[in-house]
Amino acid sequence: MDRTLLLLWLAVALFSLGLLGVIVRRNVLVMLMCMELMLNGVNLSLVTFAQQTGTVVGAVLVFLVFVVATAEIALAIPIVLLLVRDRRTLDLDAYRDLKG
Amino acid sequence: MIASLLNNLDTVLLVVFALCALAGAALMIVLRQPMRVAMALISTMIFLGGIYGLLGVHFIAAFQVLIYVGAVMVFMVYVIMLLEVRESTGTRYSKLLWPGVAGFVLLVGVIGISIWRGLRVSPVSTVPPAGAVQPAATGDAAFGIGPFSVAFLNDYWLHFELTSVLLVAAVVAALAVIKVARRSRHG
Repeated sequence: MDRTLLLLWLAVALFSLGLLGVIVRRNVLVMLMCMELMLNGVNLSLVTFAQQTGTVVGAVLVFLVFVVATAEIALAIPIVLLLVRDRRTLDLDAYRDLKG
Repeated sequence: MIASLLNNLDTVLLVVFALCALAGAALMIVLRQPMRVAMALISTMIFLGGIYGLLGVHFIAAFQVLIYVGAVMVFMVYVIMLLEVRESTGTRYSKLLWPGVAGFVLLVGVIGISIWRGLRVSPVSTVPPAGAVQPAATGDAAFGIGPFSVAFLNDYWLHFELTSVLLVAAVVAALAVIKVARRSRHG
C-alpha cells in the first residue's frame, strides 16, 4: 500500500475523530483536547505533503501550527478555569446561557 | 518471512504506529474520565512523533514530543488534576451524538474517497514508490534542521517574527483574563 495514501487517510481519520469529539462530548476539557487532536491531524497531512513534494514550506507551516496550538491552550485554559470557578462544573450544558 | 519483515521494517513500523495513533484517537471519544482521555491523547501524539521520525523529519518529531507532550499536555494534565471536578452521573455524550456520528462517517467517506481518487489520477503518485524504498535518506537531505532553519530565517523571517508576536499576545491575554476575574471578584 502506498505510504502517502496511508498517512493521508490517518490524517483525515484523526481530524474527523477530533471533530466528532468536539461535537459529541460534553466535558469542556475533553473538547479542548479533541481540538488538539484536530491540529495534530492537520500537522500530519502537512508533513506528508511536504515530504511528497520535497519542499520545506510544509515544515514551516507545521512550526506555525505548533505555536498557534500553544497560544490557544495558554489562552483557553485560564478561561476554562474561570468558567469552572463560576459554575463548579465542566459540563457544557451548564454554560448554555453563553449562547446569547 | 523474518528477512522480508526486516527489509520492510520502515513500512511495518509505520503501519503499526498509524494503527496505535488511530486507536488512541478512538479511545479519546469513548473514555469517560478526562485524565484517561489526556493519556490517550498523549499516546497518540507520541506515536505521531514516531511517524515523523520514520518519515525523516526528526526535528518535527522532537518538536512534537517537546512542545505538545512536554508543554501543552503537561499543562492540560495539571489543570485536570487542579480542577478535580467530579463529573456528575449524566451521560458523557451530548444530544448531538447521532448527527455527529453521521457527519463523521460522511466526512471520512468524502475526504477519503477524494484523496484516493486524487492520488490515483495525479502523476505525483508515481513518484513516492520510487522514493519509498529509501525515504529516510532523501528526507534527511531535504529536511534536516539546517535547511529548515536557513529557509525559515531567510524566506519566512516575517512568519518567525509573527510567531513571537503571537506568543507575547497570548501571554498578555492570559494575564488580562486572570486580572479581569480578580478585579470582578474584589469589586
